[in-house]
Amino acid sequence: MKYLSEFQDPQLARRLLDDIHATVTRPWAMMEVCGGQTHSIIRHGIDQLLPEQVELIHGPGCPVCVTPLEMIDKALAIAALPEVTFCSFGDMLRVPGSDRDLFRVKSAGGDVRVVYSPLDALEIARREPDRQVVFFGIGFETTAPANAMAVHQARRLGIGNFSLLVSHVRVPPAIEAVMRSPRCRVQAFLAAGHVCSVMGVEEYPALAARFGVPIVVTGFEPLDILEGIRRTVRQLERGEHRVENAYPRAVRAEGNPAALRMLGEVFEVTDRAWRGIGTIPGSGWRLAGAYREFDAEHRFGVGDLSAEEPAECRSGEVLQGLIKPRECAAFGTTCTPRTPLGATMVSSEGACAAYYLYRRLDPAATTVKEAHPVG
Amino acid sequence: MCLAVPGKVVGIEERDGTRMASVDFGGAVRDVCLAYLPDIEVGDYAIVHVGFALQRLDEAAALATLDLFARIGALEEEFGDAWGRAAAEAGPDREEEVR
Amino acid sequence: MAETALDPVAWTCPAPLGDEPVVVLGHGGGGRLSAELIGRLFVPAYGNDVLAGLGDSAALTLGGARLAFSTDSYVVRPLFFPGGSIGDLAVNGTVNDLAMSGARPAYLSCAFILEEGTPLPVVADVARAVGAAAEAAGVSVVTGDTKVVDAGHGDGVYLTTSGVGLIPDGVDIRPQRAAPGDVVIVSGPVGLHGIAVLSVREGLEFGVEVTSDTAPLGGLVAAMLAVTPDVHALRDPTRGGVAAALNEIAAASGTGVVLAEESVPVPEAVAAACGFLGLDPLYVANEGRLLAFVPRPHAEAVLAAMRRHPHGSGAAVIGECVAAHPGVVVARTRLGGTRVVDLPLGEQLPRIC
Repeated sequence: MKYLSEFQDPQLARRLLDDIHATVTRPWAMMEVCGGQTHSIIRHGIDQLLPEQVELIHGPGCPVCVTPLEMIDKALAIAALPEVTFCSFGDMLRVPGSDRDLFRVKSAGGDVRVVYSPLDALEIARREPDRQVVFFGIGFETTAPANAMAVHQARRLGIGNFSLLVSHVRVPPAIEAVMRSPRCRVQAFLAAGHVCSVMGVEEYPALAARFGVPIVVTGFEPLDILEGIRRTVRQLERGEHRVENAYPRAVRAEGNPAALRMLGEVFEVTDRAWRGIGTIPGSGWRLAGAYREFDAEHRFGVGDLSAEEPAECRSGEVLQGLIKPRECAAFGTTCTPRTPLGATMVSSEGACAAYYLYRRLDPAATTVKEAHPVG
Repeated sequence: MCLAVPGKVVGIEERDGTRMASVDFGGAVRDVCLAYLPDIEVGDYAIVHVGFALQRLDEAAALATLDLFARIGALEEEFGDAWGRAAAEAGPDREEEVR
Repeated sequence: MAETALDPVAWTCPAPLGDEPVVVLGHGGGGRLSAELIGRLFVPAYGNDVLAGLGDSAALTLGGARLAFSTDSYVVRPLFFPGGSIGDLAVNGTVNDLAMSGARPAYLSCAFILEEGTPLPVVADVARAVGAAAEAAGVSVVTGDTKVVDAGHGDGVYLTTSGVGLIPDGVDIRPQRAAPGDVVIVSGPVGLHGIAVLSVREGLEFGVEVTSDTAPLGGLVAAMLAVTPDVHALRDPTRGGVAAALNEIAAASGTGVVLAEESVPVPEAVAAACGFLGLDPLYVANEGRLLAFVPRPHAEAVLAAMRRHPHGSGAAVIGECVAAHPGVVVARTRLGGTRVVDLPLGEQLPRIC
């Protein structure tokens, strides 16, 4: 038993799919909030196996995609400093800022390193006390405890040459922002399982009740995603809007109390801008007062840096399922995966990039659905 | 967001005042910080993200989920509602509703 | 339709740079950036009919003999890794590039670029590895060169090897010859080299030992050609992995490739490490594997011959060429869906999302 491959079984997937096909009677649009789930859906071709009536809208849950241009520019400015060793998850190296990316900074002589864990960055800071080691603290609630611990350890162990460039975002305010959009088409949410492993599910019943939408906590393997969709469809067909946990092996209602305590100590809630969407009130975390000295924005004086996102990009509407990528005038012309204008073209799981990619296939020759290849 | 994978805790040690584990991900072993799962023990499974164990993997819940998947369809014909039936069989510990 | 205006080959992801004003690491990653560097900079500067073939090695006619000629430079950190060293890579890499045109590798050159301050015993270990690998591959290193660069200007040792070999009569193996109906065979499990090297950098340990698959493939290719000279295309899926190699052949030949994902042999530990780091095994480097495009009537016999050879014992059919979606590689997933397997931009990076 590995609790991984067992949840990829094609025969069981067929059973879940058959059940979804048997249950659905009319069109439903549901949003998987999490970029990791989007990745899994595309990786396994799940969207092509669903009934025509089930539309998956890829939500704003990829931390790489939603990190605002302004924050990328701050990262680039810090990484270019000669005294700085800039550490980041691999995802962020290719994300373009206003005029370059971290790879470009590295090729110009910047000390940019990919690490697997923020603790690896802390270890670099300890080994190289003459360097200013900065970790790019991106991510949702899942990643925040790891970054919080790195800062906590830095303070506890007196590693003063470590700092964090914080761009943490939170899921529930994003769900609320999506639902408050006047033309919102989303009728249900697959909630991000690993966010809930940390946070629990207590934030969701109020959202489900207020907006009348089912919210199903969903895992990441193909069977987990199909089960999330299956339960969502059942609720929608019955006119229900409850919070369900379809990922009980990794999610408990109360979340992870130790992680929640650390988050409460190290971070405080703040407004945060989302690339392609704009500022969402209370949607982010920043370092709390006691940890402010470890804030890289503060330490390197980049707090005032600002950047304008391209006006012609309509990725905010794509993220909310309001338009299909090709309805945007920039799609495929000024905006391509090579020269992305917005979040949804930035990462390979972004709706625009995936849509662009599937245009290369002859629709008649494959099972890719012409109507909505990626939602 | 958030690539996190299950692994089995194969060793635990104290380092700089922090509990660290060796976790086996189906053949690949790496150091993982246990600060957020103070009670986890060798032999347990954990969900790991960027070097941190975030949640204990509930093996009984995993097996119950797989068992449910295996009976979807068959149960459907017999009892009408597969999930409700499975939840009832699994007892209160396996309560899936969290409203 | 709106999308007919799109340039179908201009897309890349994730989140790539625009045109590069300077060299970035991705230019050496074996993906799209590498291809652009060759196509836009090197070919215009000194292109000719032979170079335009863009095979792993050049096929030449010289004094009545058909020669394969290839060169490659080796930059790897660490110099020694589980299952091999930079010396093994330098010999096997060039031997394999020659073998991918069907040639019998014969002679190599080997140039050392040494960093000032590198311990001589390290250089000696690398040199011995070169010698042992050459012997195992059945080739002779017949000329060489040594240069030293300032301390801090190199990772200890860089190697460049060049090689020549004879192409047997009746053999015409080129990426352009892949055609609809060809069966795609891989010679063994994929991803071992890349994960073995990465494990050292990422602090991963393996319960079951994961070692580089570095191996010379001249003998395996000879065994395949003994079945039929009519093998259409061969490629060793090094940087960029199986995905890059298939894309290169699809692009060069104008055929579509359909991959059956569950038939690609991926060792359990490689799958585990990839899952953990967020990598796709199809994009991980190999140093002792080949992909063969074989006309269907010969496929079974070629596969059997491969499996009888020590370097092909894990060979498997993983897909086929189709007339649909020319130039595009598509994988059929275990669940029965499809996904496009694109040419990577540069090096694959661990991801958290």
